[in-house]
Amino acid sequence: MTQPLLEIKNLTMRFGGLVAVERLDLTVNAGEIVGLIGPNGAGKTTVFNCISRFYNPERGTIHFQGRDITRVPSHEIIRLGIARTFQNVELCRSMTVLQNLLLGQHVRMRSGVIRDGLRLSETTRSEREAIQRAMDIIELLDLMPYRHYPAAVLPFGLQKMVELGRALVSQPLLLLLDEPAAGANAHETRRLADLIRDIREQFHLSILLVEHDMTFVMGLCQRLYVLDFGRKIAEGTPEEIQNHPAVIEAYLGESAVAL
Amino acid sequence: MTTWWRWCTLSNVVTLLGLGVVCLVPTILGLFPGIPLGYVLYLVSLGLIYAIVALGLNLLFGYAGQFSLGHAGFFAIGAYTSAILTTRADLPFILALPGAGLLTAAIGFLLGLPALRLTGLYLAIATLGFGLSIPQLILWLREWTGGSMGLHKLPFASIPLGPFPAIVFRTDQEYYYLALGVLIVMTFLARNIVNSDTGRAFIAIRDSEIAARAMGVNLVRYKTTAFAVSAFYAGIAGSLYAHLLHGISPEDFTVFLSIDFVTMVVLGGLASVSGALYGAFMLTLLQNLLTRLPIVSEFKNLYIVVLGLILILTVSFFPHGIAGAVQEARQRIERRIEKMLVGL
Repeated sequence: MTQPLLEIKNLTMRFGGLVAVERLDLTVNAGEIVGLIGPNGAGKTTVFNCISRFYNPERGTIHFQGRDITRVPSHEIIRLGIARTFQNVELCRSMTVLQNLLLGQHVRMRSGVIRDGLRLSETTRSEREAIQRAMDIIELLDLMPYRHYPAAVLPFGLQKMVELGRALVSQPLLLLLDEPAAGANAHETRRLADLIRDIREQFHLSILLVEHDMTFVMGLCQRLYVLDFGRKIAEGTPEEIQNHPAVIEAYLGESAVAL
Repeated sequence: MTTWWRWCTLSNVVTLLGLGVVCLVPTILGLFPGIPLGYVLYLVSLGLIYAIVALGLNLLFGYAGQFSLGHAGFFAIGAYTSAILTTRADLPFILALPGAGLLTAAIGFLLGLPALRLTGLYLAIATLGFGLSIPQLILWLREWTGGSMGLHKLPFASIPLGPFPAIVFRTDQEYYYLALGVLIVMTFLARNIVNSDTGRAFIAIRDSEIAARAMGVNLVRYKTTAFAVSAFYAGIAGSLYAHLLHGISPEDFTVFLSIDFVTMVVLGGLASVSGALYGAFMLTLLQNLLTRLPIVSEFKNLYIVVLGLILILTVSFFPHGIAGAVQEARQRIERRIEKMLVGL
């Protein structure tokens, strides 16, 4: 049996007395698109924040490519090949779209204040290559007309796109997408699903995503995990999840089951 | 293929012309017999030296978003290091200058460590404490620093040229060229830094620490780097200051000077290399020349009120500082030229 790309075991995270995630097991295999769903406050984003090491989980382990990353510093995560986006967008607002995508390549660039201050020819070359890679992604995501705009002036949907680009340009193995379809209408959501599928093919990625939009998730993901109050209440293929009584209960309340 | 004429962009040509003009400043001023040339050149040199501090503070505050009210402390460390190295250790100026920069950078790095856990006002208080304590430390280390008397009779700055006679900067005019040369080098370095991967890491820390961490920016490394680089600038400037005045004492480095440095950066324009230069010049010249205006000179300390008024008006009308106003004006002129060309 091949080793999963990402393997979370027995993850528990509490804030004060509040249980955000409890004893969660989750795996993502190479090439998979896996969805993490659940009602508001179910602990989905907390899982992301544990993987990207913004939170220190109270218990449990996270392995990536067989390596224990449970205690790796947060800025090392992207170097290992895990890039993420944020639910409410965390772009560098004063930087242009292009600069944000150059920042996405920070770990791939050999920088140093003296090297950069003297602008050695090596620095110029790596900068030029980085701009080329950024432009390729900008082209792919249809962001060409906005490349010199500061991120702050773009509408939310485009900012989400820039964030996706910034994650992609770091050439990750695993992409964590936190509500990529937030704020998008039905048409845009369909296009986004196509885009995510294309990206996975083209960059040989694995994707773990958090999302509220059920149609989006059901159409896109191969496997789903359902969280409610920090606990995993179901996992399986979209078909299995759709008919799972615990899921229906969590989403629609007990009355729905009685019907 | 790079060919030389591709370098001849409008902005490069303008920069070159500007450089030519500043090199001729002493000559131009000399044409007006009414101007006390020595004094004015001394003031301009002071402006150039403060501009170096402002450049460094802007890297730390304007770009990396880390506030400092302690830059007079770094400036003092640079000045005293250079003074001690040249008078007590008899090192030549050409070694004392980088020595002052490097030692100050090391201290900036150390100050950056506690600053890692502090932001905003708390960082301001911590750096203020640093700035306050340096003059006191200088008083205590009397054997080295001369205590409240300070250090005096510093040697002339000079650059040895191997077999040729060394260049010695004796007059105010000569010193002006030294300060100008160092400022040009420091401006070049600052411009390269802000347009590089390091500069982006700085801005990322300012804009969103979460985004910076997620993109692999090591906050410890880049915050301490920002402090060290900024302190390096202040240290180099401190060394030039000591040799401009040929003598220094602890009261040259009060908290008011730290506040002046912050004012220069904000006045000139945050996160703008040219802004640091404008701000440093404007404040230095205003502080020293306002007292000579006809009416202002008749009332004691009226110049401070006038200065305050000018500062309030500047920041209210130009929220992006002088650099922002200059850029706007430039764009307006460029548009007008474009229109004229279309009309032809």
